[in-house]
Amino acid sequence: MAAATASRNGLRSALPLLAPAYLWLTVAIFLPLSAMVFFSFMTELPLSGKPWAFTLGNYAAFFSQSLYLTLLLASLRLGLEVTLWCVVIGYPAAYVLAKVLKGRSREAIFLLVILPFWSNGLVRIFSWAMVLREGGILDTALNAMLPFKINIDLMYSYPAVIIGLVHSYVPYMVLTCYLTLQAIDDSLIEAGRSLGASRLQVLKRVIIPLSMPGLVAGAALIFVPVVGSFMEPRILGGRTGTFYGTVIEDQFVAVFNWPLGAALSFILLAVVLVILAIASPVLRRAA
Amino acid sequence: MATTRILEWLGRLYILLLLAFLYLPIIIMALMSFNVSPFYQLPFEWTTEWYASLWQNDQLIAATWNSVEIAVITTVICVVLGSAASLALYRYEFRGKKFLQALLFPPIAIPWLITGTAMLIFFFGVGIGRGLHAILLGHVALALPYVIVVVSARLQTFAPELEEAARSLGANQWQVTRRVTLPWIMPGVIAGGLFAFAVSFDQFVVSYFLATPGQTTLPVEIYAAIRKGFTPEINAVSTIIIVVSMALMLLTARFFKFGGEK
Repeated sequence: MAAATASRNGLRSALPLLAPAYLWLTVAIFLPLSAMVFFSFMTELPLSGKPWAFTLGNYAAFFSQSLYLTLLLASLRLGLEVTLWCVVIGYPAAYVLAKVLKGRSREAIFLLVILPFWSNGLVRIFSWAMVLREGGILDTALNAMLPFKINIDLMYSYPAVIIGLVHSYVPYMVLTCYLTLQAIDDSLIEAGRSLGASRLQVLKRVIIPLSMPGLVAGAALIFVPVVGSFMEPRILGGRTGTFYGTVIEDQFVAVFNWPLGAALSFILLAVVLVILAIASPVLRRAA
Repeated sequence: MATTRILEWLGRLYILLLLAFLYLPIIIMALMSFNVSPFYQLPFEWTTEWYASLWQNDQLIAATWNSVEIAVITTVICVVLGSAASLALYRYEFRGKKFLQALLFPPIAIPWLITGTAMLIFFFGVGIGRGLHAILLGHVALALPYVIVVVSARLQTFAPELEEAARSLGANQWQVTRRVTLPWIMPGVIAGGLFAFAVSFDQFVVSYFLATPGQTTLPVEIYAAIRKGFTPEINAVSTIIIVVSMALMLLTARFFKFGGEK
């Protein structure tokens, strides 16, 4: 009884402090997301003046035209590839940061690694255009070093999109893996070594299992936004850069079929939620 | 032992390579903003004419001011609403608190493409419409969860006995908050505010869907310019943005440790 009264009083005192923030989130995030689901079942937007009706047609379009499913699969594959590259590149870096570097140099380098990821993503994608285009820095530098003439023109290609996205998201992986790797007690590693395990065995049996939550968190943080990316493929992919995200963008800024766009967005949201649900037990175990 | 030393040096070398990967494109982009050739031709010849021509570009300057204004207002609103919510979540026990805390993660985890298009549909549907006010509405919602998370993290280190001590000495609730709690959480509030500024100032996706031709922000203008073709002017304005946001993050790092070290 006493606990129940206390908690009711708690809510009464907390409400004035909480209400403004949560009202704002409701109006600008939760209501829009609900509205998107609602509009995805309509033929036309209400308030646009045109007659509208409820329909399943927008979802039927997704399932009947193989284009959308193909693009969603292409985006999922892009997300998977970028995530894998981020693991391959980011995990060793996180390990060196957590276990090799010490003191001030570790702090400084850690800051340098995560600094770009809070700077403008659009600008960083644009900066790769300078490097990858024909006659760009990569082309010029390689031709200056090599005795024979080669043409490097990665711009507007699938690899360019991968490179740009890995560049954008690898700091996430370094950050999350660093946090879990740093929490591993060095004496565990020493114990394994002194019991005769090789470096590789210690890595496989001790370090990787213990840092799994960081890997999963990093993977979720990278995979989800990459599947929904549209600006990166547009700038670096050119004509080859058509993905699920760019098709959603088109529905809203070029074709103006908002109900179809809403349905496509909602399908993406569902996919994202499933992925986060799969990842969350691993993360909760870590917490 | 020798192998350990070699492996450690390889590790350091690897970190250097990663830093090169992260920074070289940005440095090259910045250098090209000082190069004479409008087609990024080498050899490099120094000029500041692209920065000078930025000053003539009224559209870009207007968009820049919009970005700064929206980021500043977003920061102020987020710091006030976010700190209040964090205090309430820290101080009081009530049913549904876990749920309210869990509600902070969808805005962070859901891709901005989905949030942005959903805002566009809803704001259009209920008559809020598009434009700078809609962008502000969206930016605050995106940045608010970050501020609450950061300030709450700082509050975890607060000793509630301090509040009780102040209360037993006769301070009322407002005095306790102002004189005891707020000074303690100030580093978290400042870091949260800088996060909010960065989220808003660098935000492209949500602004892109909510902008109208006359009412845009800097990233939206840059995207439009990039899609028309690459020019050194874009390099110049991009360089300015990168320098500003990196300086902001260095400032944030002074107030908030990312490394999780004790």
